[in-house]
Amino acid sequence: MSPVLARHPDLEAFVRRDGEGGGRLELLVAGARCAACIRKIEAAVDALPGVAGARLNLTTGKLAVDLAGPDAQPDVIMETVEALGYRASLFDPAQAIAAQDQEGRELAVALGVAGFGAGNVMMFTVPAWAGLFGQELNASTLTLMYWMAAIVATPCALFAGRPFFRSAWASLRRGKANMDVPISIGVILTLTVSFSETLLHGRHAYFDAAVTLLFLLLIGRYLDHRLRASARSAARDLLALQAPVALRLHHGVESGVPVTQVRVGDRLAVPPGQRIPVDGKVEAGLSDIDNALITGETALTAVGPGAQLHAGALNLTGRLVMVASARSEDSTLAAIARLMEAGAQSRSAYVRLADKAAALYVPIVHAAAALTFVGAWALGLGPREALLRAAAVLIVTCPCALGLAAPAVQIAASARLFRKGVLVKSGAALERLAEVDHVVLDKTGVLTEGRPRLVDAPAHLVALAAPLARASRHPLALALAREAGVGLVAQACVETAGQGVEGLIQGRRARLGRAAFVGVAQTQGAETELWFGFEGDLKIRFTFEDAPRVDAVQAVADLRALGLTVEILSGDLPGPVSRIAAALGIADWRAGLTPFDKAEAIDTLKARNRKVLMVGDGLNDAAALARAHASMAPGAAVDAAQNAADLVFTGEGLAAVATAIGVARSARARALQNFAFSAAYNVLAVPAAMAGLVNPFIAALAMSGSSMVVLLNALRPGWRR
Amino acid sequence: MNIILFLAPCSIGLGALGLAAFLWTMRAGQYDDPKGDAARVLYDHLDDGPPSD
Repeated sequence: MSPVLARHPDLEAFVRRDGEGGGRLELLVAGARCAACIRKIEAAVDALPGVAGARLNLTTGKLAVDLAGPDAQPDVIMETVEALGYRASLFDPAQAIAAQDQEGRELAVALGVAGFGAGNVMMFTVPAWAGLFGQELNASTLTLMYWMAAIVATPCALFAGRPFFRSAWASLRRGKANMDVPISIGVILTLTVSFSETLLHGRHAYFDAAVTLLFLLLIGRYLDHRLRASARSAARDLLALQAPVALRLHHGVESGVPVTQVRVGDRLAVPPGQRIPVDGKVEAGLSDIDNALITGETALTAVGPGAQLHAGALNLTGRLVMVASARSEDSTLAAIARLMEAGAQSRSAYVRLADKAAALYVPIVHAAAALTFVGAWALGLGPREALLRAAAVLIVTCPCALGLAAPAVQIAASARLFRKGVLVKSGAALERLAEVDHVVLDKTGVLTEGRPRLVDAPAHLVALAAPLARASRHPLALALAREAGVGLVAQACVETAGQGVEGLIQGRRARLGRAAFVGVAQTQGAETELWFGFEGDLKIRFTFEDAPRVDAVQAVADLRALGLTVEILSGDLPGPVSRIAAALGIADWRAGLTPFDKAEAIDTLKARNRKVLMVGDGLNDAAALARAHASMAPGAAVDAAQNAADLVFTGEGLAAVATAIGVARSARARALQNFAFSAAYNVLAVPAAMAGLVNPFIAALAMSGSSMVVLLNALRPGWRR
Repeated sequence: MNIILFLAPCSIGLGALGLAAFLWTMRAGQYDDPKGDAARVLYDHLDDGPPSD
């Protein structure tokens, strides 16, 4: 009994319904770049039955389709977009909601309010500064100016300060002090002292300082957030591309269900070109499975009924019907995901440079302020003057230079790396990358191109087999066809999944494929091979190997020049790994590792106090990527690896790895320069504030001046190559 | 002196107007798709203003 195949899998699970029959579907569209793309896609989707409207966001690549009624078919929408030549994939509704950037919006609003406050409060404080220097401004006018400044600054500061107050409170409840604690205390104390001074007709009110401080700090905070958010959304889009749909066969009908809803015992169809959704056993069908992403093995595995399948492996040649033996949470993939999670946790324990600086800065500055208060009172200045001086200490030591020191440099470094094709996911990633002293490289897809290349085959033999190879979509045949170039294609070709292809070349029957298929009794060795022969003639053997990247030798030399040690950890067989290691001059290599072995090897290195950079592309590397001190993945890597990695590099070469480390080290040096400058500035400013030499004008000047120096140092050219 | 009491609120009012305009553009999603908006302006029927949500 063969199943009746529904032409369209049911994708209802991906529609967000609004309860009135309508709904919304989000697709990720790859390849749209211009106004004409928008016009083509929107017009085609709008014209479909049941579609109320479609809008393509060119920046994020998301197509939002509003559905008018239940007769709209998500699969037809997808096919329409794909027929126009764009790749479309479904976006899980839960992820679509999570993608809305609440935090960024809140920071932007706070930044706008702080900017308004900082700009407008100057209308009143600049005349007040004139009064400080004995110009024509009598005491009552000064007080009036301060009151008006208070009316503008106080609500703005309280509103714009909320992100800091909240974070400071959360940090204090955990019994720690982060950078937001002195900021919050500083702002609140400044406002309080300024109010009391204004009430008492004093001359030192710092309303402008409070709101300008928040404005400058929010710039740093917003930049840092943008950096993380853009990387996060890139990672989320990649995850969506994984198309988490499994085709479930139920009473002979095929329907698409989210992978998470697959139960043990479900029968699933896996068409060629798709990934195996969960662990399971083949029930029917023959095919070749590419396990490279799971195990790092380059040789393909032939499977038939009864064979074991691992989630995440790629089904290459034939349609398979499989029985699920594990839910998606229990599959090999999920075990790797759990390892990754554990790694991410250990990594989040990393203390960032800015927080290290805060840990030094907070106690010293607060002790200095307290000392000023007690000392000034003891010296007979009175509580009001003593409090004013203590507040002045907190204001001039304002951490805005500290708050900008790291984010400004990291933004500049990321922009620089982005132009070189490296995507940085967070500022912390750059800091960790600057510290690495050992590099672990995966073989397949990192040191090599990750696709087979024909070795040592005479051109006339290649030309003989090429017509059949051109008729097949098998990766080894494709490699053969690539070598042969453009030419004749064999006629009457029949491809047998998992076996090979048969056809007529100039009237002679020929076969290309597995040894047994072509009529050879046994294979020689474990290398990736393909056999070719005319009926009743000699059989020819082609061998393939995964060729190293063009610049692999140079890249390894560059890494050594940076003072790093290099090692290969591969899941492939010892043969190919040793050949690559010898070609690159790397003495330290291990082969045949499982994903768990790799993660363990990283842990062992960590235990020996090495700071490891892991470069990997496969699912088998994901856990190791998440556990290493820093990690990079090529743009062709599986989504899980890209998500686990700190940096993703695109382009053909490996040179990006050494470049990224160089830029990260420069960024670290500059951040440290900025911190050093802030410290030097504070050494000058604190005694001045203690001695009562600071007035609101000097405070404003010092604050913006130190922030500018830090920003300019970040933007200064002369990065290390 | 009176002129200050008159002009200061005026000037703050103008500043607040600017802030309100900024908040409105945020809410209206005008920063959601800078690339797309740059392209949409080229076609009359695509230039449909900010999205509804």
